[in-house]
Amino acid sequence: MKDNKTAMQVTALCNGTVIDHIPADKLFAVVSLLNIPEMKSNVTIGYNLNSKKLGKKGLIKVADKFFTDDEVNRISLVAPNVVLNIIHDYKVVEKREVRMPDNLCNIVKCSNPNCITNNEPMPTLFHLVNRSEGTLKCHYCEKEKNVKDIELL
Amino acid sequence: MEKRSLVSINDLSREKILQLLQMAEKFEENPNRDILAGKVIGSLFFEPSTRTRLSFETAAMRLGARVIGFSDAATSSASKGETLKDTIMMVSNYADLIVMRHRLEGAARYASEISPVPVINAGDGANQHPSQTMLDLYSILKTQGTLENLHIHLVGDLKYGRTVHSLLHAMRHFKPTFHFIAPQELQMPEEYRLFCRENNIPFTETTEFNEEVIASADIIYMTRVQRERFSDLMEYEKVKNCYRLTNAMLAESKENLRILHPLPRVTEIAYDVDDNPKAYYFRQAQNGLYVREALICDVLGINI
Repeated sequence: MKDNKTAMQVTALCNGTVIDHIPADKLFAVVSLLNIPEMKSNVTIGYNLNSKKLGKKGLIKVADKFFTDDEVNRISLVAPNVVLNIIHDYKVVEKREVRMPDNLCNIVKCSNPNCITNNEPMPTLFHLVNRSEGTLKCHYCEKEKNVKDIELL
Repeated sequence: MEKRSLVSINDLSREKILQLLQMAEKFEENPNRDILAGKVIGSLFFEPSTRTRLSFETAAMRLGARVIGFSDAATSSASKGETLKDTIMMVSNYADLIVMRHRLEGAARYASEISPVPVINAGDGANQHPSQTMLDLYSILKTQGTLENLHIHLVGDLKYGRTVHSLLHAMRHFKPTFHFIAPQELQMPEEYRLFCRENNIPFTETTEFNEEVIASADIIYMTRVQRERFSDLMEYEKVKNCYRLTNAMLAESKENLRILHPLPRVTEIAYDVDDNPKAYYFRQAQNGLYVREALICDVLGINI
């Protein structure tokens, strides 16, 4: 019944993007990564919805907004399995998965306190060095870490 | 002119390394060349390092350049809270090249990105010290006649030792076999063992340091086991004399063996080794001059 309602909410959007299958505990991180608080369009955020796959999930509907790859790929850091439904005229016209970007500019904080990025007013930069393992390398101090252990800026 | 900086040994290809070593060889034949007359080199040592600074500044002067800079952050505006960026921008107005040492990791990479003039990294915290690695490679090449297919024994602090990690990375081009000899607390980190496996570099590991272990060595690279690295000082007391090289241990070693050490040495090489012709660490430091002359010329786009 609940799932039906969620589905109804999805189809209720005329034009825009529905971001689905967000693990509930990552919902607000995703909201922040997508800069939702800055948006002027109509946004619906669903929290702790029932999900067969995830148990509890989050969902974000943004009216009249179509994200660029750069914008959505940031989500992959916290929620690699989310699905984006692109809605035109009440219909899902495209389903997109997110892909971790090769370079992450000013998204992740370096965990090395002796890294220059933690001591100078400057953006951070990480390179994805091993996609299957999820290994990131700081462009500056050259320390590697796993995407599971990252802290967002 | 294309801006070329030297930040990390990992940025250098096999060909580039060999070309730089060839250039260093020419500077060994004749270190005094007036090719940088009229140039000014900024020597920015935000963290003191007398040995490296003197070597770089001597290299600059033997090339005919003049040197400006500071040897300690306390005498620079960094002590007034100036950002690294501002210091670099200011000095790059005056100098044709910046040589810098900084306690923070990644400082040289960042400086090289914002500076309009080339930057040479003279050490950024525990991260990189490419001129040290280049002089290690030069010393290996000089003493062995080749960099290929050598047995290299790394001894002492393999966990925190920046020089051994960089050497390992740089040697990946030359089919080495490594032998890691370290106490339990200071073993080679997993990251570097993985690096060896991925690059098909064979290696052995042991906590024993004795005649038999070093019998196959072409190069023994000694490092200092530092007291402050140990969480358990009892452990330090137990191991501190186990990783000490003495002349007697060299009796059965190979003829071509040479002993390297990034210096400063404390107790890890006994003084009776100094007179053994296999001791090479003082010459190794001297090689730093020729290598740094080559690095300075290279980043300025000068080939000799």
